[in-house]
Amino acid sequence: MIQATTKQSIQPKSRKYNNKLRFKNGLIGWSFITIATVMICLFYFYPMAQALILSFQSGAGSNLQFVGFDNYIRLFTDPTFIAAVKNTVIYLIIQVPIMIILALLISVLLNDKKLKLKGFFRTAIFLPCITSLVAYSVVFKYLFGSDGIINQMLINVSLISEPIQWLTDPFWAKVTIIIAITWRWTGYNMIFYLSALQNVDNSIYEAAKMDGANAFQQFFKITIPMLKPIILFTSITSTIGTLQLFDEVMNITKGGPGNATLTISQYIYNLSFKYTPDFGYAATVSYAIVIMIVIFSIIQFKVAGDKNA
Amino acid sequence: MHNIKRTFIYIILSIFTIISIFPFIWMIVSATNKSVDVTGGRLLPGTHLAENFRNLLNVVDLVPALTNSAIISITTTVLSLIIASLAGYGFEIYRSKAKDVVFTILLVSMMIPFAALMIPLFRMFGTISQIAPGIGIDTLTSAMLPSITTAFLIFFFRQNTKMFPRELLEAGRIDGLTELGVFFRIFVPTMKTTYAAAAIITFMASWNNYLWPLVVLQSPENHTIPLLISNLGSSAAPDFGIIMTTIVIATLPTALIFFLLQRHFVAGMMGSVK
Repeated sequence: MIQATTKQSIQPKSRKYNNKLRFKNGLIGWSFITIATVMICLFYFYPMAQALILSFQSGAGSNLQFVGFDNYIRLFTDPTFIAAVKNTVIYLIIQVPIMIILALLISVLLNDKKLKLKGFFRTAIFLPCITSLVAYSVVFKYLFGSDGIINQMLINVSLISEPIQWLTDPFWAKVTIIIAITWRWTGYNMIFYLSALQNVDNSIYEAAKMDGANAFQQFFKITIPMLKPIILFTSITSTIGTLQLFDEVMNITKGGPGNATLTISQYIYNLSFKYTPDFGYAATVSYAIVIMIVIFSIIQFKVAGDKNA
Repeated sequence: MHNIKRTFIYIILSIFTIISIFPFIWMIVSATNKSVDVTGGRLLPGTHLAENFRNLLNVVDLVPALTNSAIISITTTVLSLIIASLAGYGFEIYRSKAKDVVFTILLVSMMIPFAALMIPLFRMFGTISQIAPGIGIDTLTSAMLPSITTAFLIFFFRQNTKMFPRELLEAGRIDGLTELGVFFRIFVPTMKTTYAAAAIITFMASWNNYLWPLVVLQSPENHTIPLLISNLGSSAAPDFGIIMTTIVIATLPTALIFFLLQRHFVAGMMGSVK
C-alpha cells in the first residue's frame, strides 16, 4: 500500500506521459480497423436495418407505405412462400445429412495410411469445388435433360425403360437439385474431415481394435465423437448455405415445375425483380431466412451440446 | 479377408471418383463436339473444338465478359486483402476490450444471408446513381463494393496474425518504423502464404459471384462470366458445343489456380477453423 503511494508520488509526470502514449497507440489501433468496420456497417448492418424498416412497408416500386405487421401476417397465407419454405427445408433435412455422411465415409476411407493413389482420389473428389455454381448448374441441367446423357445411360443399362423427367417432374426436380448440391459440396466437407482425422491419434484405434471393436463401432464410437466440433462447424455452414440456395435452382429448374423447387432466396429475387417489385414484402420474406438461420443454428448447437454433457 | 476389404475400399473410392469427374469429362468432350452430337449422347472427343470456339466468338460476348470478370475479381481481391488484413492485424496487435466487442459484432454479419441485403443494397445504389452515376447501379464498381469487405476475411487474418512473431514487431519499432511501416514492411512480407491463401478464396468467390451482379448489372456490356453462362444456359435454342466451350473457358482460371496453388487453396479453406 505504502509502496503504491510512493510510486504514484514519484512518477506523476511519466504516468501522464504514459497515458498520452497509450491514447495515441489506441488511436493507431482503431485506425487499422476503421475502413473494415465502416464497410461492414455500410454494406451489412445498415442494409439489414433498412430491410427491417422495409418489412413493415408495402407498395409497388418506390411507392411504399407503412402497413404495420400486414406483411408478416401475409407470410402465413402466401402459398408461394409456404412452398418455398417447404422446399428449402426438404433440401436441408435431406441433402445436408446425406452430404455429411458421404463426406465422413470418404474421409475415413482416405485416411488409411496404406492406401495407394490417395492423393489422386482426394484431388478428384475435391474437384467439383473449383467450378462456379452457375457453370456446374448449367452442366447438370443438360446432363439431367429428358434426352440427356444420364437418362441415355440409365436406359442403356436397362435400369429404366422410359426417360425420367428429372427437370419437369415435381419430385424428380427436387432430387436433381439435391444430387447437384451433393456433387458440388461433398468434397469440400471431406477436406475438413480429412484434416481433422489427421489429428486423431492412431493409438486410439489400435486400442479399440485390441478390445475387439469392428469398423462400424470404431466409426461411431471414436471417429464421430472425435470429429464432433468439425461436424458441427460444417453442418452449420451447410445449413446457412442451403437456406440461401439460389444459383443452382435458378439455373437448373428456374424454380419449376410450378414452384416445386423454388427456394426462399429465389422467391425474394422474384418478388423484387421479376414480378411488379414489392420491396416491402420481399424484405419481410428475407427476414424469414434470418430467423430460420438463427433457429437452425441454435438447434444444431443444442444437439451437439447435449451429447457433450 | 484383408485383401477383400482393401479391394472394396478401392471400388467405393473409384465410384466416387468417377461420379466426381464425370461431369468434367462430359463438359470437355462436349466442347469438342457439335451440338447434335452432344444431345445424341456422344462421349468421345470430336474435332469441332476450333469450330465451336470460332462460333463462340461470333455469337457470344465472351471477351467483354472475361474482361469485366477479371476487372471485378482482381480489384476486389486487392482491396479485400488490404482492408481485411489491416483490420485483422489491428484487432490482434492492438487488442483491447472495446475492439474485441467490435470484432464480435462484425462476426455477426457472417450470419446475415445475402438475400436479406440484396433489396436495401439495390435501393442504396439506386440513390447513389442519382448523385454519382459512375458508381451507381449498372457499373462494375457497384458490382464489387458490397463484397470487398467480409467478416470472414477479417477473422481469417486475425487468426493468422496470432502466429506472427511479436519480436519482429518490436524490432521494426526499434528500427524507427512507424506503426503502418511495421505493417507494410514487416508484416506483409512475413505473411506471404496467408495472403496467398486469402487471395485465392477471395478471387474464387468474386469470379463466381452470381446473385448480386445479376441484380445490379443490367446492361449486357457489363455482364460477367456467370451472368453470360446463365443467359446461355436459359436460351431457347441452345448450341451445346458453344455453351460447353464457354463453360470450359470460364472454369480454366479457377482450375489453374487450384492445380498450381493447391497447398494455399486448402490453407485458405481451412483458415476458418484453425
